Amino acid sequence: MAAAVVAEDPVRAISAAIELEAVGLKKTFRKGSVDIPVLKGATLAVGQGEFLAIVGQSGSGKSTLLHLLGTLDAPDEGEIRLRGRRIDNLPANQRDALRNRHFGMIFQFYHLLPELTTLENVLVPLMIGRSVWHYLRHRRRYQRRARELLELVGLAARLKHKPRELSGGEMQRAAIARALVAGPQILLADEPTGNLDQHTGKEILEILAALNRHQKLTIVMVTHDPGIAARADRVVRLADGRLDCP
Amino acid sequence: MYKLLLCLRYLRTRYIALASIISVMLGVATMIVVNAVMSGFATEMENRIHGILSDVVLETRSLSGELDDQRHKEAILEVAGDAVEAMTTTVVVPAMLSFRYGENWINRQVQLIGIDENTVCGVSDFAKYLQHPENRRQPSFFLHERGYDVRDPLGGPDAPLRPQMASAGWEHRRRMARLQALEQRWKQAEGGHPGQGTALAGAAPHEPVPHDPFAQHRPEEAQFDPARQQHPGAILGLILATYRTPGSAEDHFLLLPGDDVTVTFPNAPQGDPPKIISRNFTVVDFYQCKMSEYDSSFVFVPMRTLQELRGMIDPASGLARFNSIQIKLKPGQDGEKVRDRLRAAFDPRFYVIQTWRDKQGPLLAAVQMETAILNVLLFLIIAVSGFGILAIFFMIVVEKTRDIGILKSLGASAWGVMGIFLGYGLSLGVVGSGVGMVLGLHVAWHINDVADWLGRLTGKPVFDPSVYYFYRIPAQVNPATVAWIVLGAVGIAVLASVLPALRAAMLRPVESLRYE
Repeated sequence: MAAAVVAEDPVRAISAAIELEAVGLKKTFRKGSVDIPVLKGATLAVGQGEFLAIVGQSGSGKSTLLHLLGTLDAPDEGEIRLRGRRIDNLPANQRDALRNRHFGMIFQFYHLLPELTTLENVLVPLMIGRSVWHYLRHRRRYQRRARELLELVGLAARLKHKPRELSGGEMQRAAIARALVAGPQILLADEPTGNLDQHTGKEILEILAALNRHQKLTIVMVTHDPGIAARADRVVRLADGRLDCP
Repeated sequence: MYKLLLCLRYLRTRYIALASIISVMLGVATMIVVNAVMSGFATEMENRIHGILSDVVLETRSLSGELDDQRHKEAILEVAGDAVEAMTTTVVVPAMLSFRYGENWINRQVQLIGIDENTVCGVSDFAKYLQHPENRRQPSFFLHERGYDVRDPLGGPDAPLRPQMASAGWEHRRRMARLQALEQRWKQAEGGHPGQGTALAGAAPHEPVPHDPFAQHRPEEAQFDPARQQHPGAILGLILATYRTPGSAEDHFLLLPGDDVTVTFPNAPQGDPPKIISRNFTVVDFYQCKMSEYDSSFVFVPMRTLQELRGMIDPASGLARFNSIQIKLKPGQDGEKVRDRLRAAFDPRFYVIQTWRDKQGPLLAAVQMETAILNVLLFLIIAVSGFGILAIFFMIVVEKTRDIGILKSLGASAWGVMGIFLGYGLSLGVVGSGVGMVLGLHVAWHINDVADWLGRLTGKPVFDPSVYYFYRIPAQVNPATVAWIVLGAVGIAVLASVLPALRAAMLRPVESLRYE
């Protein structure tokens, strides 16, 4: 139902419920003396509570788009809006806070910090977002929350393990728990199953789908695999630097 | 919080950083030890020099001295009476010390000092450096029966004993007198009268020596009985009467209290060129302040005797001439201010007025200079370890590029990332200089054990007590210096981590996250 509405006019049709939108994003990378345009005017709207998949060939700019959405990088042209407010030109400290509170990110290579245990890795966003005193005062509450999340993703038995002692699937679960710990509205997932076998990948997808369904978490997932993208509510294709909605 | 956590984790897991911790540690430890030893030396030396010299000294430019110390003392009190605690007069003249050892006569150049044994203790530590316990309480120029210290009173428990001193005193004098008498008779028996070859055996011990020409011309000399009488007393610098063999701190005595010496010195005439005077003195004690410059040149005799011998007493008025007045100041008085006030009051053509620091200025300045240069050199060691930290940190930042990207994607700010590495540098500095401080203090407090151990290890004593007149290495830890060293080392560690930290802060998260 939603997909049909979006297809007519992606921006305006669901504007009332739009969580995140990108308008005319352009991004060019420079390699030596050669300019490589990656995004040539990508436009996208993500509804509140939507599970959106972006598919594209490798090198098509999927990750770049995701990084732009998550304010990890700035577009050359175009705008990114969160609930109607432009966020790509905010000062650095506000973008840092946005990344900390509003976005959760998971990556193909999990990107856990190797020196910290699973529990500590999950706690890192809370440590980053709070002052030392605040964190220490509420430490117990935060640790309880991290444990609950780890239980939710099925890692309750691995709290004290370092990332190198975990399997790929376990690391990705820990990464999901970390992405959720600060209570974000949007989860940005960059090839979350790209490095996992089919079975494990499926489990991870189940977790994401459940989060979307039960907690109304908006999810933007990037993948090259149409089979995985099929689990999403809606799929958009990134090709030649532009998004087209099938 | 994550900064703290990561700092601690990095500290525990990055073993390469240990290298920089160790270099900081060694630098800090070395600096603390060197400073402790240097300041121990300096303090020891200053204490000694200050103890030997008084706070301020007024000297006459002429060796013949100036008339009437009492008048001068009054003038000093008038100028700086509020600052003066005590004064004593001395007569100083260069002289030659001669004594017989076996068949040889030994001559040594000395500084002959006439002191007033009753007031000298009020201005300096003179008494402290004597070898007879009673003389240390109240110096006297009379020979003691026995009781001279066998153990060096300032040497501490490690000083070698001086067994020869056990027999010093009247006992030694009587034995030497007997020997001398015997020897004299021998000589007469051999050289004098061929016809009386057996005279020696028959000669009665108390028979006067008839052929001694002096006995007739100088009757008062003949009546002098060395077994019962002494010449005017003399206190010799210990090195004048001893020698040492290399590598040992043991003193071998050429003279003991009770022996006679001859001192030759110029008189102090008015108008004529000085004439040479020789006079016998009896050694009554030794003076050892452990400053070899002084121990090897001072001979103290009673001032009045010296004034009389040198003709420094004005026959008309009975007033005596003197060479210097030593002044002790009240506690807390600034010697240099008093010196300047006195300089203004006394004619510089005839008087030299100096503080004890002025008198030993070059020596103290040399020690200070050495300390300063050593500090600069050693601080460069810590600076070098700073560059070590810089290089290692750059490596770690490169290695941690991905983690930095992760942190940024989780919302860490550039300052936060910079803080991790600054904090890391700080903790390296704190740990390194902390361990270095403990090590340095430990070594400084046990410097002698360490020196002994090194000596055993290398088979060569590190600290040769025959070179220095300390038996132990003096070490003095100055808390302020230690604090400065530690702060400096921590500061260098933080400074060295600024560049890598900035680089980490400037990293763009996207680049580091894209690829595995």
